[in-house]
Amino acid sequence: MKINKNTINKIARLSRIKLDDKESEDYIKDLNSILDWVEQLNEVNTENVEPLSNISSSILPKREDVSNDTNSSEEILENAPDKLEGFFAVPKVVE
Amino acid sequence: MNNFIKGEKHDWEMVIGLEIHAQVKSNSKLFSSSSTKFGSSPNSQVSLVDAAMPGMLPVINKYCVEQAVKTGVGLNAKINNYSVFDRKNYFYADLPQGYQISQYKYPIVGEGKVTIDFKDGTSKDIRIVRLHLEQDAGKSLHDQNPSKTYVDLNRSGVALMEIVSEPDIRTPDEAGMYISKIRSILMYLDTCDGNMQEGSLRADVNISVRKPGDDYGTRCEIKNLNSIKFIKQAINYEAKRQIEILESGGTIEQNTMLFNTSTGKTRPMRNKEEAHDYRYFPDPDLLPLEISQEEIGKIKSSIPELPDELKNKFIEIYKLSNYDASVLTAEKQTSDYFNESINSDPELKNHAKIVVNWITSELFSLLNKNNLDLNNSPVSPENLGQLIKLISTNEISGKIAKDVLEDMFSSGKTAKQIVDEKGLQQVTDQGEIAKVIDEVIAENPKMVEQYLAGKDKLLGFFVGQAMKLTKGKANPKMLNDILKQKLNKKN
Repeated sequence: MKINKNTINKIARLSRIKLDDKESEDYIKDLNSILDWVEQLNEVNTENVEPLSNISSSILPKREDVSNDTNSSEEILENAPDKLEGFFAVPKVVE
Repeated sequence: MNNFIKGEKHDWEMVIGLEIHAQVKSNSKLFSSSSTKFGSSPNSQVSLVDAAMPGMLPVINKYCVEQAVKTGVGLNAKINNYSVFDRKNYFYADLPQGYQISQYKYPIVGEGKVTIDFKDGTSKDIRIVRLHLEQDAGKSLHDQNPSKTYVDLNRSGVALMEIVSEPDIRTPDEAGMYISKIRSILMYLDTCDGNMQEGSLRADVNISVRKPGDDYGTRCEIKNLNSIKFIKQAINYEAKRQIEILESGGTIEQNTMLFNTSTGKTRPMRNKEEAHDYRYFPDPDLLPLEISQEEIGKIKSSIPELPDELKNKFIEIYKLSNYDASVLTAEKQTSDYFNESINSDPELKNHAKIVVNWITSELFSLLNKNNLDLNNSPVSPENLGQLIKLISTNEISGKIAKDVLEDMFSSGKTAKQIVDEKGLQQVTDQGEIAKVIDEVIAENPKMVEQYLAGKDKLLGFFVGQAMKLTKGKANPKMLNDILKQKLNKKN
């Protein structure tokens, strides 16, 4: 697989990152070399091998269903660039 | 009978599948300890995990997992001992993580089925593909400010069960019945509160049309419908839209649609080219979810009687029809009410059909008129039972019983109190009824003549007159019998 200009533009759009032409070129180079490196793994036969989702052999820790009753509003909005009456305010999302 | 839509050249058939999103009824969220309470002030129930602050790790809520398993059992579905959480990546303002934790390849619940019952006594199975656990997103308010969207993350991270059906549904009505049935099962299990208005239960609808017998057509998905009425409206509109395109020689473009509840129309969402590029991959923050057979067994044994079991029980014990029994068991509060009512007196067991009728027609219509539901009915199940006993023992007539019920409803008195106070006992004294009939016959000699000449319809007139004289209290059957006897004697 090779990354070209179209792929890089698509990835940038999905990630909401704006790239200028120079940056695009750099990323195409970087990502392609990463892919080439990873592609060496294709030499290994992985037929009938389930993908590894985690290297830990421990069991998923679970919590009891207890809710804390703290009001998070002030803390959670502290870093928000823009807010109004307890809401985050973001540029209009038109749908 | 078929459910096809007439087209210009040939009939059309709808093919519909539903993805139902049901919020798990839990105290805290799926991966954090924030409260799930509805309607709190904005962003007051958001932990650092829900806000996706760097370095935060999700820890799964054991209870939510159990509720998903429970629901799976209620859907007659296979429970998977091994499931995996994946990241579904997309960019939206009310999704701070930039991905939703969901289950993709290995859901917690596999194939199942639910049955829907039609009025004509037939039923149909709708197959379930899967149920998986995932996080709910936050809420965006778009209409408060011309240049801003306001975001409330209280809902962000609440546990959702997504229940996906096979495209087995063929009409808007079936879609409505299917979601009602799922809602009923969830509410019996108490795994979701079923509140569609508050968004605890909502659905995406996949719909395509085809010439009957053909392969499936291209489908469109209508997102986020939160009432049965809207689901039906959206399906009707979308099917019509697709048929019009196909009949004028066009092709259907696979699209994600939004339904406008005020215009009743669907329209495609923007940014559709990216809509399905979710780049799923296993969430490295979460280990696979493993559930032992023993744990599943324990959950199974805690499951209450479900609507279908209860329905079959009602049919067997009380000889009710399939449809009556399904109406009675559709909502837990209705079957509970029926149970309490019919068990309030041993006699009532033999009059189950009357009990059903009085609950589902008379009482329901009074409740509707007063914007109440069974949970806050002014007439208790025992009192309704008492009223029905008075009918079944011929103490009052059915007609008078309706007035008594209205009186019970507004005054809170028992049936017996009202009947005694107002002297509404049915007249079952042969002599007394005969006396009234004699009076009616004597007063209407002309009518009697016409009746005897063959105008049978006049019998109703005599019954009416006699009823009037007894203030509606005469036993209708006795009145009829004696009247016929007396009139025929004249012949």
